[in-house]
Amino acid sequence: MTKVIGSVVCTICGCLCDDLEVTVENNEIIKMKNGCAVCEAKMVHGYKSEERILKPHIRKNGKLVPVTIDEAIHEAAQILTDAKYPLLFGWTSSASETQHVGVELAEELGSALDNCCSVCHGPSVMATQEIGIPTATLGQIRHRADLIIYWACNPWSSHPRHVERYTAFTEGRFEKSEFKEYVQKLKAKASQKKVAAAIRRTQVRYQSPSRPKSALVEAPPQTLAKEGRKMVVFDVMKTMTAEVADYFVQVEPNRDYEIFGALRCLVNDQELDVDTVGGVPVDYLKEIADVMVNAEFGAIFFGLGLTQSIGRFRNVELAIALTRDLNRKTKFVVSPMRGHFNVTGANTVFAWQTGYPFALDFSQGYPQYNPGEFTAIDLLRRGDNDATLVISADPGAHFPKGALQNMLKYPLITINPDWNAISRLGDVVFPTQWCGIEQAGTAYRMDSVAITLKKVVEAPKGVPSDEEIVRRILEEVRVIKAKKTATDAADGNVSQEMVGSKKRRSKSIEKEMY
Amino acid sequence: MVEQKLSVTLITGRTIDQGVGKELGKGSSEYFDSVAVCFLDPVDIKKLGLKNGANVQVTSPYGSVVVKVKKYTHGTMSGMVFMPCGLWANVICGTDTDSIGMPTFRGFTVEVEPAPDKPVLTLDELLKQEFGK
Repeated sequence: MTKVIGSVVCTICGCLCDDLEVTVENNEIIKMKNGCAVCEAKMVHGYKSEERILKPHIRKNGKLVPVTIDEAIHEAAQILTDAKYPLLFGWTSSASETQHVGVELAEELGSALDNCCSVCHGPSVMATQEIGIPTATLGQIRHRADLIIYWACNPWSSHPRHVERYTAFTEGRFEKSEFKEYVQKLKAKASQKKVAAAIRRTQVRYQSPSRPKSALVEAPPQTLAKEGRKMVVFDVMKTMTAEVADYFVQVEPNRDYEIFGALRCLVNDQELDVDTVGGVPVDYLKEIADVMVNAEFGAIFFGLGLTQSIGRFRNVELAIALTRDLNRKTKFVVSPMRGHFNVTGANTVFAWQTGYPFALDFSQGYPQYNPGEFTAIDLLRRGDNDATLVISADPGAHFPKGALQNMLKYPLITINPDWNAISRLGDVVFPTQWCGIEQAGTAYRMDSVAITLKKVVEAPKGVPSDEEIVRRILEEVRVIKAKKTATDAADGNVSQEMVGSKKRRSKSIEKEMY
Repeated sequence: MVEQKLSVTLITGRTIDQGVGKELGKGSSEYFDSVAVCFLDPVDIKKLGLKNGANVQVTSPYGSVVVKVKKYTHGTMSGMVFMPCGLWANVICGTDTDSIGMPTFRGFTVEVEPAPDKPVLTLDELLKQEFGK
């Protein structure tokens, strides 16, 4: 039987596009409309690929062997209970309901708790805590923004429908789509290329002229002063997003901080006594500052180019400060381009549960927050934790080698739907349902709007949801701890155990402190 | 003149092919083809005397990896090398976080040199080599 399900939510990136039309036949997605290439890869092909995990596995004698779910749950709970200081990491491709149970598990274990935010927009969260953030929902930006600035991000690759759904190429209520102009520009460019190729053919020894470094940035085009929507891209290299933009500014790597500072000066009517900043001529920056000030509603979207370059959260802080300055003259908002579909949800759920969005520690019995101390990479780099649970994330492919090597010195539990890099390295490997395909739930879009995910097909038999797995591990941990307490009470070791549990704090940190 | 080595700034990030590849499966050929690569400016490829698709070794203070080189055709990026996010890029990334949790993923100097005799390892081979699992 074939059925068509509308308004399905895509679970790839922080855009959470909720206009997908999915055709299901015999409990299998066979067609999908409206989604991007990445969405199609997951929802039509990837979710049912041969890489799918269908049974729990435990590593025995160096090899992963299939086991029952009860055995895997007990083994995972035993590892986490035996460990002095486990780390629970991931959570960003799970529904918020699962994240909620995760906090409960961390509290029960007295463990560290972190999400993927610490290796993507953690610095953005820290910058927001420093000076706040003037932001808006994507709906506001879609209908009103006439100046879109993408800074150090490439939505064409990482958020493929962002431009089409929320910014330059969308038909807003008060601002029109720029897609037709873009097509015209493409046609003009194609004819220019044909002319250039004809000229090249007539020359016997044609050599492309070498361009001096200062000439990387072209002068702002006249179209930047036009009415209607405009798109400007700042990046270290010309991406597909930059090709679509009205104006592309190529900045030198690690120089974003200086350029934000220069733009702040210019927006505040101050003069600069240098010719270029970060590889961009000051005259061009003056024109960009004029365009910013003259916009009716501007929006800056920034990506990992700011949070991962030198300066980290200070870069983001200046981006927000520039937006604050611009708000004295016009209306401007700023927003991070969040990656995993529910990384904003992980921050939100952790924050309303504990007060803090990531980098959490429960070793003292209450939540503590300290990026640099309780963030996953720092814990792993120092070798502080002695067991790791990874859920709905793949640090196997996205953590630096040194951190992974330390992680693998101790037992590793993974909860992922497919055999990604970290599942291949796990000691206890759980299968789980695809959130947003086989499991309903709640996720938060990059602008913190909560969206309900739909279930469109049934999961393979015997594959539980990640919420069920985490809940069962939590129950098993409580059972093991109760048994241990009863045994200790019988042996008269209660007081020593209580003292021990309060001394789980990382050894190396104590060394550094004293 | 052909150079033996090139010192360039590493930039890592997403590509649409990497996105499609990871969703098709980390063991898929699409993922391998889109991630076990690095992009150099055509001028820099010429400096090394290489052809599009040749094997190169990228070395940083944190590690070394062999990938295929591709020409970056969208614009000038002389002095930089771009690698899509993935295990191959992360082998050469560092764990230093400047005390805020974010590791060293980009913006540092690496060396690129031709490696015609060294193979590009698959995901499983690389996991085995780096982590023994």
